[in-house]
Amino acid sequence: MSTLPLETAAHPEQLRRVVIEPLSRVEGHGKVTLLLDEDGHVEQARLHIVEFRAFEKFIQGRPYWEVPVMVQRLCGICPVSHHLAACKALDQVVGATTVTPTADKIRRLMHYGQILQSHALHFFHLSSPDLLFGFGSDVARRNIVGVAAAYPDVARQGVLLRKYGQEVIRHTAGKRIHGTGSVPGGVNKSLTAAERDELQKDIYQMIAWSRDAVRLVRQLFEQDLATYRGFGTFAARTLSLVRADGAMDLYHGGLRAKHADGGTIFDHVDYGHYWEQISEEVKAWSYMKFPYLRALGHEDGWYRVGPLTRVTRCDFIPTPLADRERREFMAFDDGRAALSTLGFHWARMIEMLHAAESIKDLLHDGDLLGTDLMAGGKRQARGVGVIEAPRGTLIHHYRVDENDQVVRANLIVSTTHNNHAMNIAIREVARQYLDGRTLTEGLLNHIEVAVRAFDPCLSCATHAVGKMPLSVELLDADGAVADSMVRG
Amino acid sequence: MNERPSFLLDGDEVPFEPGQTVMQAALAAGRYIPHLCYHPEFTPHGSCKLCTARINGRLMAACTTPAETATEVESETEELNDLRRTLVQMLFAEGNHFCPSCEKSGNCVLQALGYDLGVMTAGFRHFFPDRPVDASHPEILLDFNRCILCELCVRAAREVDGKHVFSLAGRGLGKHLIVNAESGRLADTDVKVTDKAVEVCPVGVILRKRVGFATPIGARRYDKSPISAQALADAPRPLERNHD
Repeated sequence: MSTLPLETAAHPEQLRRVVIEPLSRVEGHGKVTLLLDEDGHVEQARLHIVEFRAFEKFIQGRPYWEVPVMVQRLCGICPVSHHLAACKALDQVVGATTVTPTADKIRRLMHYGQILQSHALHFFHLSSPDLLFGFGSDVARRNIVGVAAAYPDVARQGVLLRKYGQEVIRHTAGKRIHGTGSVPGGVNKSLTAAERDELQKDIYQMIAWSRDAVRLVRQLFEQDLATYRGFGTFAARTLSLVRADGAMDLYHGGLRAKHADGGTIFDHVDYGHYWEQISEEVKAWSYMKFPYLRALGHEDGWYRVGPLTRVTRCDFIPTPLADRERREFMAFDDGRAALSTLGFHWARMIEMLHAAESIKDLLHDGDLLGTDLMAGGKRQARGVGVIEAPRGTLIHHYRVDENDQVVRANLIVSTTHNNHAMNIAIREVARQYLDGRTLTEGLLNHIEVAVRAFDPCLSCATHAVGKMPLSVELLDADGAVADSMVRG
Repeated sequence: MNERPSFLLDGDEVPFEPGQTVMQAALAAGRYIPHLCYHPEFTPHGSCKLCTARINGRLMAACTTPAETATEVESETEELNDLRRTLVQMLFAEGNHFCPSCEKSGNCVLQALGYDLGVMTAGFRHFFPDRPVDASHPEILLDFNRCILCELCVRAAREVDGKHVFSLAGRGLGKHLIVNAESGRLADTDVKVTDKAVEVCPVGVILRKRVGFATPIGARRYDKSPISAQALADAPRPLERNHD
């Protein structure tokens, strides 16, 4: 598989440079640079992640039990994912090869609450303005306030879905954001009957609204099939966790990698030795590494993770409503929707439905009220924890010395896995929509729509209410500013 | 008629017994004066200055000033609470008090005082010290970056445990906590995890290992009620005092 020839221009010194910055004001400030020739043809397009976080460095020397609470500060949108991935890794360090049924189910409940709220946030708050109004529509209303005015029911459901997910997290982790519920070896609390009853009260409404959201995305595809089918679409290898029977499992499983045509690269691989399958390449123009499958090398081994991968590469979803929606998605437009970049949104809503159904099932499981919270065993020096975070596969890997201090950490987060794929997507969109045309804010937003499909961490800034924090500069061949535009 | 001697605290009569300090008498009477390095089981130290009150017109530490008749004590004033907020800000600025990832959060006296006094800003540029963590002891971890030099551990070891484990060394900005071992490592001292000195640290310096975040949010000490209420609840009652 070859990548699009837009990563590096042959003669960049002769080209105009257009910068879209920032793409984000949270986790991983991003920008896109485009190099254009005199006729406006795109010669180079790159997504840069320019923020350096250094969590892997500054947790060195800290006691291991502090890590799950500290590393979740990487993110304010999906901290639960880091919290749980770290705990899964440190379970091994404390010898808890299996946690208690109550601990396992409380963690899963916390995780599904996270999936529900994060997917709702991404779709309704961040991406629905693009999808409902159009990618190049009036920028003044292309935000959640505009959605609330034009589609009040949609906006309200989005807000309440997210609120429900946050309440699930609060009851399991102690706080809506950055809680402490999961600890190495188990959890520090289970649910009380009152907490369970409170969550049970609204769960059927959440399932119904999640199903409506899936159907809303389907309608969007049906209304403009040509755009949705082709927008930033490209063939990609994939990586995800699956359960032993091939089912979708967002909390635990083995690694599955597939070729773009669906052929298996590897399957059910124990993630405890992930480095035998995955390596990372460094490029000078981004702080974010470029992971690749070792078997295919760094040129061809890039892959895609996240909702679209998980929904299309699992054998089935183990909750009935979501699995029915998965089958319809896979069959839609002769399977082309399942290959499209905007299919991310459809898949994301199917996962939100799965999360709601899973929460319902867990809330009827008596183990949630159990008192056996902690497990332990023979101490280990190393632990690897992998989880399917809202945006994709998340890997935490720690080494801990005999004094309980972390000596090494490696975190490969979802956005990192998707680094190459996001770059491919923006190059495809640049080629499809920007090439040879006079740039406008609306056209540049097409680039961001492609990025947003992958990762809300890189999209929230451009949907901030009020002044849009987007500036674009046109530089001449000497690097001088020939023109500039500030959105907002 | 009350025959016990008394002094005035913010205009109200507070009875005391001979030998009591202003702090002891106030707490026994159900009156809270903010404090940090004061602990009812140890000799008053008077170093943190949180309990500074205006006593007969002079600023003095309530924990070390003997209660006397014909004394007027002002404590709950905006001026004094402003000074206390500044002192708390300075303590935060000197160490690495990252509450979001500190296992002491919710059980931390410094954090609880910050909330109770209404400290809303950092106030000062932080020092960000970089002192190595001592994890050498199999049961106890020392994070020197959070030390506020209250000497509660020094006093607890000396007065309750009968040991000389901890001490302060250096002067001024260079003052720091040390342990009594030639190697400088806690593992080479005679400290035990059951010692009072380990239990009494008000911040996250002396920690029992592998406890971490075992207590859920909502069940931690200061989740339940503010430190001012808990100090009064824990104070010796007059009846108990009469039996002493």
